[in-house]
Amino acid sequence: MTTRKTPTRRRFLSAAAGAGAAASLLPAPFVLAQTAKVKVGILLPYTGTYASLGHNITDAMIMAIEGAGGTLGGRPVEYVKVDSEADPAKAANNANKLIAGEKVDFLTGPVHSGVAMAMVKIAREEGTITIVSNAGADAVTRQMCAPNVFRTSFSNWQTCYPMGPEMVKRGHKKAVSITWNYAAGHEMIGAFKEGYVKAGGQVAKEILIPFPNIEFQAHLTEIASLKPDAVFTFFSGGGAVKFMKDYDAAGLKKSIPLFGAGFLTDGTLQAAGPAGEGIITTLHYAESLANPTNKRFTAAFKAKTGRPADVFAVQGYDTGQLLVHAMKAVKGDVKAKKEIMAAMRAAKLDSPRGTMTFSKSQNPIQDIYLREVKNGDNVVLGVAQKAVEDPGRGCGMT
Amino acid sequence: MDVSSFLVQSLNSVQYGFLLFLVASGLTLIFGILGVINLAHGSFFMIGAYLAHWLALKTGNLFVAIALALPLSFLLGLAVERLAIGFLYARDHLYQVLLTYGLILIFNELQRILWGNDVHGVPVPALLSASIPLTEAQSYPLYRFFISIACIGVAAAMYVVIHRTKLGMLIRAGAANREMVELLGFGVKRLYALVFALGAALTAFAGMLSAPVNSVYPGMGEHILIISFVVVVIGGLGSIQGAFVGAMLIGFVDTFGKVFLPEAASLSVYAFMAAVLLWRPQGLFGARPA
Repeated sequence: MTTRKTPTRRRFLSAAAGAGAAASLLPAPFVLAQTAKVKVGILLPYTGTYASLGHNITDAMIMAIEGAGGTLGGRPVEYVKVDSEADPAKAANNANKLIAGEKVDFLTGPVHSGVAMAMVKIAREEGTITIVSNAGADAVTRQMCAPNVFRTSFSNWQTCYPMGPEMVKRGHKKAVSITWNYAAGHEMIGAFKEGYVKAGGQVAKEILIPFPNIEFQAHLTEIASLKPDAVFTFFSGGGAVKFMKDYDAAGLKKSIPLFGAGFLTDGTLQAAGPAGEGIITTLHYAESLANPTNKRFTAAFKAKTGRPADVFAVQGYDTGQLLVHAMKAVKGDVKAKKEIMAAMRAAKLDSPRGTMTFSKSQNPIQDIYLREVKNGDNVVLGVAQKAVEDPGRGCGMT
Repeated sequence: MDVSSFLVQSLNSVQYGFLLFLVASGLTLIFGILGVINLAHGSFFMIGAYLAHWLALKTGNLFVAIALALPLSFLLGLAVERLAIGFLYARDHLYQVLLTYGLILIFNELQRILWGNDVHGVPVPALLSASIPLTEAQSYPLYRFFISIACIGVAAAMYVVIHRTKLGMLIRAGAANREMVELLGFGVKRLYALVFALGAALTAFAGMLSAPVNSVYPGMGEHILIISFVVVVIGGLGSIQGAFVGAMLIGFVDTFGKVFLPEAASLSVYAFMAAVLLWRPQGLFGARPA
């Protein structure tokens, strides 16, 4: 309770003086805030199996910000990198290091979905604006969605659902699916099955292999005896290479065409050699996309890093673009969180993958491309489904 | 399951069993003679695969690559024995486990520095790149037959060496009673070095052979290490015969487990191992503990 004080001459004078002093002081901290660095936290793997993904995401993100003058809303940027080692057990600690320790203004990353779960959980509690630049776990923009959590990559569901109708359209009514028995495998195969069954297809058998086992011979014999119209698969890295080679060597590719999630044929084709030819996949990007933004991007990335661009670099680039866009909207004022998030939500990015906007659960709405491996490249056959939006089931914001 | 699928699955089992035998025989040999638990055994498998990949890339021929890589891995085995393992014969198994685990880390890091973390494929030699049609839908890669034949060749050679030569006699004697061989004045030190290097080369050879079908990737050694320990434990530590039977059994259990009990596929080999150990704690061909 405050008691109203009677105005006196003296009080008036001192109040006026105080106001004057405050007014004269005001511009100083404001200017200070404008030149203080924006801290962007990056939690990505720089060692281990996923190191190359981490480097591509980081380099492309910085490239996007440098392309916009190297500042965010006029303020210089400090990048704080932490090696996630793609280790979910260390994820909570690492995220805390960036949020509580470094007090970053933005948090970006990671590659691994297990790391993403831990990171997003903390980001939700702390309210740090977070941009997931790869991990595709559906839950990030479903059950775990939050106003301060955005994703510039994809949801697992999104990349595989469009393949179902596509395979039925090609006359493959009975399919066998095969993947590793782990979360990403379940989500990808589940999404495919959802689209496939809805379009009138029938999944004869779902083969699940313990992760990260790669001895497929027994399962290939089983597929041969089931004689489906087609096979849909998801493996990545070494498993993908091995599966493509074994499928080909078992003579199955000639009689039973192979379809897959896009990551089957991304970064694996050099190792797979001729065994990769003819495999059809769906993904939100392909290096060979002919739009001018992609041409500019792939050339610039190659010039900057000496490495060819890939889907991971694109996601990093768009993370950078989203930061540039949002910070421009608030003229560099990181305290204006509400406005930053509103700007992000409304963003329409000119991505190398095509135009990209955000769904209510803050996952990209993007075209999913149909690609076929020809001469060791993912050649775009067309758009499998335009403007695919993750249903965001279980997200309170939809 | 129809008859043709059953036969093809049996073929898969035998083929997998042969490869496991090659890896496990080196492991069991080293344990049987040297009494060393070698966790770095899988690393030699990985090194063999990477050498095959690298030399095949340089020479353009997998067979030439294997011919070059075999002596290299033998020499590497000698070096590792001289610089590390040699100090541990008299020590407790715990020291051996620690040291050889350290070797795994070193080899993995070397692999990362030398060849990077990408997955590499090794092309099947043109001579063996064909497939033989088995059923109307499935054919069998000729190269997989070649692996089996090569493994049979090595197994036969090992049998002859162990049962028909003086070196084999020393190896058998060393396995039965190390101290006695030493007391009789045989150069145990050199025998040990030789056995360790042979075991390393055998495993590396398995890695080279399987490089074209398995592809080459970081961490490939750890997976094979665990399964070869299962084989050796089932067969009985130190027994070559046991390693052979164990490898074949695991080949069948693994293959048919995947088909009939897909939900428990990763469990089947371990459940089988547990069952065997309950029945015979020393393994099928293991010496009864005194």
